[in-house]
Amino acid sequence: MRGAPFSMNVLRPRNAPEALRAFSKNPKLTPLAGGTDFMVAWNAGQLQNRVVLDLSRLKEWKKIQKTKEGIRIGSLVTHRRIQEHPVVRSMFPLLVRACAEVGGWQIQNRGTLGGNIANASPAGDTFPPLSVYEGMVNVLSPRGRKRVPFHQVFAGVKKTTLQPGELIESIEIPYLKNRPHHQMFRKVGTRAAQAISKTVAAGLLWLKKDKTVQELRFALGSMAPTARRLKSVESFCLGKRMTPEVVDRACELLVQDVSPIDDIRSTREYRLRVSQNLLRSFLNG
Amino acid sequence: MISIEVNGEKRTFKGFPFKRLIDVLRQDFGLMGTKEGCGEGECGACTVLVNGEPVNSCLIPVCQVEGTRIETVESLGRPASPNVLQKAFLEKGGSQCGICTPGMLMTAWAWVRGGGSDKPQAIRNVLAGNLCRCTGYQHIVNAVVQAVRDRKKIIRNPKSTIQNRKSK
Ligand SMILES: Cc1cc2nc3c(=O)[nH]c(=O)nc-3n(C[C@H](O)[C@H](O)[C@H](O)COP(=O)(O)OP(=O)(O)OC[C@H]3O[C@@H](n4cnc5c(N)ncnc54)[C@H](O)[C@@H]3O)c2cc1C
Ligand code: FES
Ligand code: FES
Repeated sequence: MRGAPFSMNVLRPRNAPEALRAFSKNPKLTPLAGGTDFMVAWNAGQLQNRVVLDLSRLKEWKKIQKTKEGIRIGSLVTHRRIQEHPVVRSMFPLLVRACAEVGGWQIQNRGTLGGNIANASPAGDTFPPLSVYEGMVNVLSPRGRKRVPFHQVFAGVKKTTLQPGELIESIEIPYLKNRPHHQMFRKVGTRAAQAISKTVAAGLLWLKKDKTVQELRFALGSMAPTARRLKSVESFCLGKRMTPEVVDRACELLVQDVSPIDDIRSTREYRLRVSQNLLRSFLNG
Repeated sequence: MISIEVNGEKRTFKGFPFKRLIDVLRQDFGLMGTKEGCGEGECGACTVLVNGEPVNSCLIPVCQVEGTRIETVESLGRPASPNVLQKAFLEKGGSQCGICTPGMLMTAWAWVRGGGSDKPQAIRNVLAGNLCRCTGYQHIVNAVVQAVRDRKKIIRNPKSTIQNRKSK
């Protein structure tokens, strides 16, 4: 069944206070940002008979701002605008790379960072970068504002910990204290563009003068119900030199940090192998 | 009531605010150039420009384009006076069955008009959201390469012989 426009009501607040007022009157409103996830479901006949809270007029949430500690990206900033922003480009290149791989040009012009997070697909391409950059999500509701560490937003496949009435206002990413020695973003899909990830990875590595690992951050998407930081791998590598034996062991440990599945896009086996190869090539520099 | 500028004309729409932009363009404004392929954002056949940027009109409820400037394939040239991009599509065989062509043209037009590069790899990247089942893409890429180059010539020399009535 196709979406039926007559079944839908739309509220179009002009600013955040208006949006929150609408929400406190009716916590059952369904938020709408760029619509690239919402409208696909709606066209397929889901999400009918809703009252939609269209956020697209909230100008304040379309801004990217520099703060003392980092950068604040409004939830309505599109994948396209993120790629164009000079500070994001120079300080957070892995996020820029990820946004450049979200769908094609048309999707990037509409799809937003907030919508990507709220949709909570296991394959969300911005998640591994936001994970290794240790972003914080600002959540706004009629009860007030709270700061949630990025990973705590996710509850499972397409599920967040956001309560009815809660909106993602912005995402804050702290500046890195030092430039990493290696960094990587890789998306593996069936074709170069506009394909959903089979696996997607982001890594940051800092080395000491003696080439031992000072800090490693590595995250994978599409390898578990939500994006995962490889905690076992990270702590194992700490203080070690990346000899072939250490890299081998790190790749074995990866299995402990993820729980990939067989699905229409790929198999568990394939996903594990590819992720291990990505980790290996990253650690080998 | 929703006011939009479509192909340079002020239009108003009084129906359901959640009606999709593609349906408003085709059913209410009679602009049948824009095609629906998948209705899922995958194929790009429904691409139009909103404030100059390519978007999938099958994924936009019309209320979200209130006050914007929309361009559809009807804003380009006519058979007697194709614009620089349409001319290149004709010459290079960039269109066969034609279903993808309106969307393909609009995405490519945003690129060509925006001063995009003539590098085939960049063009392939830009057109990644437009699927074509007929041409195998090479002819489309060739056409866009030619259009980028022709347009630069026209800008340098407005009197050049390349026909360019619509491509300001
Ligand atoms: C053809 C196609 C290709 C795609 N390719 C990719 C890809 O390669 N990688 C990828 O990661 N994604 C991809 N996507 C998915 C989608 O484009 C992204 O997830 C996008 O970032 C969603 O943002 P949006 O603004 O369009 O969200 P919407 O569709 O507007 O909203 C998505 C969900 O989030 C909720 N929501 C939106 N904003 C907020 C907010 N501020 N606070 C609370 N809840 C909110 C909505 O209620 C809805 O449930 C693709 C989609 C399509 C159609
Ligand atoms: S019909 Fe809109 S993308 Fe296919
Ligand atoms: S010409 Fe037939 S789909 Fe492209």
